[in-house]
Amino acid sequence: MAREATKATEPNNLTIDGQTVPFKAGQTIMDAALAARIYIPHLCHYPGLKPAGNCRLCVVEANGKSVAACITPAQPGQQVCSDTSELNAARLAITQMLFVEGNHICPSCEKSGNCRLQAMGYYLGMLEEHFHQFNPRREIDASHPTVLLDRDRCILCDLCVRASRDVDKKNVFAIAGRGIHARLIVNTASGKLGDSNIEADDLAANICPVGAILIRERSFDSPIGERIYDRLSISDTAMTEHVPDKGKDHD
Amino acid sequence: MLMLMMSRTPLHSANFDKQHLLHRLYALQHQNCHISTESVAQVAGEFNLPVSQVAAVVDFYSFFYREPVGRYHMLLSNCTSCGYRAGGIDVLEKLCQNLNVIPGITRADGQVSISETSCIGMCDHGASMLINGMPLVGLDEKKVTQIARLVSEQTPLSKWPRDWFRIGCPIQKRGLLLRDNSRSGDSLIKALTAGPQHTLEQIVHSGLRGRGGAGFSTGRKWQFCREAAGDAHYVVCNADEGEPGTFKDRVLLQCYADALFEGMAICAFVVGAKRGFLYLRGEYRYLLNHLQETLERGYKKNLLGRSILGHDGFDFDIEIVVGAGAYICGEESALIESLEGKPGIPRIRPPFPVTHGYLGQPTAANNVETFIAAAYIANDGSERFSAVGTERSTGSKILSISGDCRLPGVYEYPFGVSIQQVLDDCGGDNVQAVQIGGPAGALLARRDFHRQISFEDVSTGGSFLVFGEKHDLLSVNQNFAHFFAHESCGFCTPCRVGTQLLEGSLKKIVDGRAVAADIDEIEQLSKLVMRYSHCGLGHTAANHILDSLKHFPELFGKRTVQQAFSPQVDLEAALETARQITHRDDADAHLE
Ligand SMILES: Cc1cc2nc3c(=O)[nH]c(=O)nc-3n(C[C@H](O)[C@H](O)[C@H](O)COP(=O)(O)O)c2cc1C
Ligand code: SF4
Ligand code: SF4
Ligand code: FES
Ligand code: FES
Repeated sequence: MAREATKATEPNNLTIDGQTVPFKAGQTIMDAALAARIYIPHLCHYPGLKPAGNCRLCVVEANGKSVAACITPAQPGQQVCSDTSELNAARLAITQMLFVEGNHICPSCEKSGNCRLQAMGYYLGMLEEHFHQFNPRREIDASHPTVLLDRDRCILCDLCVRASRDVDKKNVFAIAGRGIHARLIVNTASGKLGDSNIEADDLAANICPVGAILIRERSFDSPIGERIYDRLSISDTAMTEHVPDKGKDHD
Repeated sequence: MLMLMMSRTPLHSANFDKQHLLHRLYALQHQNCHISTESVAQVAGEFNLPVSQVAAVVDFYSFFYREPVGRYHMLLSNCTSCGYRAGGIDVLEKLCQNLNVIPGITRADGQVSISETSCIGMCDHGASMLINGMPLVGLDEKKVTQIARLVSEQTPLSKWPRDWFRIGCPIQKRGLLLRDNSRSGDSLIKALTAGPQHTLEQIVHSGLRGRGGAGFSTGRKWQFCREAAGDAHYVVCNADEGEPGTFKDRVLLQCYADALFEGMAICAFVVGAKRGFLYLRGEYRYLLNHLQETLERGYKKNLLGRSILGHDGFDFDIEIVVGAGAYICGEESALIESLEGKPGIPRIRPPFPVTHGYLGQPTAANNVETFIAAAYIANDGSERFSAVGTERSTGSKILSISGDCRLPGVYEYPFGVSIQQVLDDCGGDNVQAVQIGGPAGALLARRDFHRQISFEDVSTGGSFLVFGEKHDLLSVNQNFAHFFAHESCGFCTPCRVGTQLLEGSLKKIVDGRAVAADIDEIEQLSKLVMRYSHCGLGHTAANHILDSLKHFPELFGKRTVQQAFSPQVDLEAALETARQITHRDDADAHLE
């Protein structure tokens, strides 16, 4: 039941797609993979923040069992399969689910080109949305002078929640509602962002993988065609991501 | 029989904390018919919690509303056994017609609202509803007319016919546990005499496995918890019983609560806990008074409280926490979140509750029946227990049987009993299929009726649904798919979105709009949801579809149309709004 203690004397190695990868006690499969510069697709994980395990893009087979790499402890001798056609097909379907559940009109989205959901679509070879559109009605919150919240594009990854609570120490966001009614809420009596103390250079205002939290008047700083994922693959950019270290331990 | 005393307010003892967040919100809901934004802010202030946490809790649980519900608020069960279609007529539709209500919308005068809810555990009582939280059973056309009249006349619920609220204890077959229960205290005395280590050994030796569904060894769980380091240890009884078709815990809580609390005390003695919780599903709030009285009796007899039965240093208190409508809170880590006053989102595991449970401390969580079985073992010994059942499933299993059978009710069998035997006993003739373990369990066809109820063969938390020849199994599937879509906590993508997609795909099939490719698609999707979801809800959410495809493929084949593609939306129906706006109904305004 409880996590097996990994003895210090044992070599802490696991394999990912056949490659031997070392890990330190307490690390997850995702931590070990990233440290070895092996890309396991992920959206709700961001190094330096506590993992959440909600998007399920990082599903792998660990000793034959399907688990989310970002929340599963690395174990000595564990055999992890990640880059398989079956898993990539599952990740593609999960990405398509995220697209149809919200309102992602990428051509008119300010985040287009810098969006990690879109980039995931490119990475997985997504050519269509496959499932039917849910067309939900979601509220836009334009009450804040510098930060805009457009829930149409929210994928409920919880990154802004964790960033605000654990790094900015402001606890501005939360996810409320059950099932398909889950939605991002703002921790103010009015529920409006304008009544919160979020600022444009907070981590929470900048970590959103999609175009749900945007900094005003910065959206077209770089022109379409010269944006991050116009040039790079998400599998490369993911290797350099980490919460800026403000001299605090964020884990 | 337990008679409901609706006029009586719950006892206010230490057994029930009015200041638990869920109870505070319930009181507001009850008083104001909804929980306003102002109330949310007010409660956040009172509890010194972030507004967002209180708001998230209000939005998570089905029985809390942001907009006012009616002064008579009716929630009709939509279970296949106690649901509003169970009696052959649609009592929800009838009620709405009689009272001039649109389902889900409070009538303009604020008097009435009518909605549906997941199984309320009254499957042995026919079509049932919760009216202002109280179960009203045996709905039929006549009762619906009477209800409409009582509501129109604004008769207070306390003046409604008492027997409508009478919930029976239909025990049809007794075994090890369902027997004379007048000897309360004996098990605990024996455990105290034997000491914690020896008592634990007895539980381990008995082979007892959890009765809530997963079947984990109870002895090992208690041992892990006992050995886990922590500031305090806790005992939690899972009385969330939400799996549609399960009502055996309701009967146990009604008739065997003494044995349950004794089992919890024995567990506390073994793991070293001073505090325990009974997490009662909101649908069973009507049992609260009875349970509190039982606790009071236990305190009076010193089976609970300080220095229990004179045993110095053994103190144990039990508190009841009442849920507010969320199936997922039956999952133990979600239940613990709920106990802590949060939405019921399953935690990341490991760590498991035995080491990091309530408030991060070691917690032994077990099902109602498991604790009662533990009390039995402490009294009668592990040998008597393990003499019954099979090698890997010792003891007995209490089933809740309902659906197309003559004698619905609670049956206790030795593990290993065949499905056919159960059907013979409950008067299930001409049965085409049984759903064992509820929607999350297994659907079995006639050729499998020789199989046995046990952890090694067909396992169940207690739900046993019988489907006769005439029952439309495809609509059963649609019902189950709706259940999971409604109850998904929404935390992870495959379950949150996938259960919605499955519900939509089944509707397409039932509506006769599906093509062959849709059947392959639903199979793929089912596997995806089950494989990649975060918790047990997602892992089992499409069992019923895969089982149906395997055992009843013709169900699906029959309804498909012979073409290569058909759109997910019903295009003809989608044009209806446009036709209404343009006042057109000529041939050109239709597709076909
Ligand atoms: C979605 C879901 C719902 C559950 N509902 C219940 C329930 O209503 N009652 C219960 O005892 N266990 C339920 N369980 C199982 C619990 O997580 C847990 O395994 C059980 O309470 C442990 O007690 P036991 O070992 O005595 O069975 C549920 C699990 C899942 C995944
Ligand atoms: S707003 Fe962005 S960061 Fe926050 S939960 Fe939604 S998608 Fe994630
Ligand atoms: S599987 Fe479903 S119920 Fe479980 S965590 Fe995921 S969304 Fe929630
Ligand atoms: S990255 Fe692991 S679940 Fe999202
Ligand atoms: S491009 Fe639209 S959300 Fe990313």
